[in-house]
Amino acid sequence: MALSESEVRHVAMLARLALTDEQVDTLRVELNSILGHIDTIQQLDLAGVEPTSHAIPTVNSTRADEQKPCLPRELALLNAPEAEAGAFVIPQIVGGGDEA
Amino acid sequence: MSEHIDLSAFTAPEIRAGIIRGDFSAREAAESAFARIEALDADVHAFNQVAPDLAFAAADRVDDMVRSGASPDELPPLAGVPVAFKDNMNLVGTRTTCSSRILENYQSVYDCTAVARMIHAGVTPIGKLNMDEFAFGSSTENSAFGPTHNPWDLERVPGGSSGGSAAAVSAGMVSMTLGSDTGGSIRQPGALCGVVAMKPTYGRVSRYGCVAFASSLDQIGPFTKTVEECSLALNAICGKDPMDATSLERPAEDFTVGLEDGVKGMRIAIVRDMLEMEGVAPEVKAATLAAAEKYAELGAEVGEVDLPAAQYGLSAYYIIGPAEASSNLARFDGIRYGHRVADAEDVLDLYMRSRAEGFGPESVRRIMLGTYALSAGYYDAYYGQAQKARTVIIRDFERAFANYDVLLTPTSPTTAFKIGEKASDPLAMYLSDVFTIPVNLAGNVGLSIPVGLGADTGLPVGVHLIGTHFSEATVLRAARAMEAAVAFDTTPPTVKALS
Repeated sequence: MALSESEVRHVAMLARLALTDEQVDTLRVELNSILGHIDTIQQLDLAGVEPTSHAIPTVNSTRADEQKPCLPRELALLNAPEAEAGAFVIPQIVGGGDEA
Repeated sequence: MSEHIDLSAFTAPEIRAGIIRGDFSAREAAESAFARIEALDADVHAFNQVAPDLAFAAADRVDDMVRSGASPDELPPLAGVPVAFKDNMNLVGTRTTCSSRILENYQSVYDCTAVARMIHAGVTPIGKLNMDEFAFGSSTENSAFGPTHNPWDLERVPGGSSGGSAAAVSAGMVSMTLGSDTGGSIRQPGALCGVVAMKPTYGRVSRYGCVAFASSLDQIGPFTKTVEECSLALNAICGKDPMDATSLERPAEDFTVGLEDGVKGMRIAIVRDMLEMEGVAPEVKAATLAAAEKYAELGAEVGEVDLPAAQYGLSAYYIIGPAEASSNLARFDGIRYGHRVADAEDVLDLYMRSRAEGFGPESVRRIMLGTYALSAGYYDAYYGQAQKARTVIIRDFERAFANYDVLLTPTSPTTAFKIGEKASDPLAMYLSDVFTIPVNLAGNVGLSIPVGLGADTGLPVGVHLIGTHFSEATVLRAARAMEAAVAFDTTPPTVKALS
């Protein structure tokens, strides 16, 4: 399976990465080279094999349901690029009415 | 550095004993570490930051205990031992950068459990160590802050991703370090720098507070110069943590018990088909076969096994690892922490440009690969197939461990390579973890022990001891037997010239 330029752009959008045209070109070549190696996995006969998500499965690992101190607000905001009134500041998401 | 005592050749137990005897204080042990860093780290660049305030506060607590007449039993097991941590582990009072621009100024707001447990065991936290950005790499060249250099040859890589952790121990800057291992990131740099390096069973050590790469594969483990110190570090960090649901409840174990019992009757197998793989340097193959012979001389029953599915480990890993990473790294969006562009038009623009500016090339590559493998239409062909391959690889190991206690491979196909040598070929770089990756996929124990210098390059060669789940004690015993038999001098000549 070889990735086209438009697929690279599509994946970059899914990954929320603003790539330059040059990066798109480089990544297309690099990813196809890596995928070429990865595709050897298709040689394995895996019919009827169950997938493994964790090598050491743990089931229903719960902790006691107790109230405990959590991260205080000022520490949660300590690394925020922009904070105001005890909250993270982000650009406006909901439009003023004249947008699509 | 003459005004300081030089403790760089002291093991952790020797440092603790010296503090108890009053030969030197914990503060002097910390000063010795900082003097060593001052002398060597401009060349080696193992550290991203040093933490003298934290270090001296911890050292003074130990010295106060000694002064107030604490008995040796009352002093914690690693009292006063200088230790440093890979820069993906949070420690309040330090930045946790993952060697990435995107987290360059990130202040830790809580402690990583493994770090907290080391500090509880009495260590002196010296600082944070360089790594490949977000642990993506095998050479530490992918650090946004410049590569770490191998103390054995400054023109060569220390391995990676925990290259700073390996180099700091090799250069005698600290006695112990912690690293993290997703596909070999502890063991491969351990081999390239000639130190003892261990990845415990998945779930032995809490991952809480260690920035996630691939959550089903990541495990924290120690770097040390001796197997005894490796056991002591494991004693400190293992155990269930309510903050990590995948950490496992196990009976308490003292990993130093039985260390000297030898390998008589132990069943050890060379993994023959892996050893015969393309790209294994003759000097590495020879050293691995010599290690097997050594085990036979020491009384082990040495045989051979094949792990036919393990050769597909690399493919499975380069689907599963990036897939999990692309998901874990979605959190770096410029909102709650990390780099943020100043002039975003809207929130999508903010996400896309903050991430593109903050992540280095290998991080972008892995995020792209993982996003693709998980995307609609390709999920079954890649991620689904990789998870099934993982099952087959686990069965290979189960078959081998039905007949053997420990499996033996090289840790890495070659000794340390030159800085820049593989930087432009991602696939060649990925191949340096071909022996270590299957162990992460199966959740097994892996340890790299230095066995000597390669006949061709004169650089350290590590052999890789693999054990089944929870077999740390057995693997450590085998490692100790090899250590005693080969008596490898872990101090690089350049470092020796200093003293």
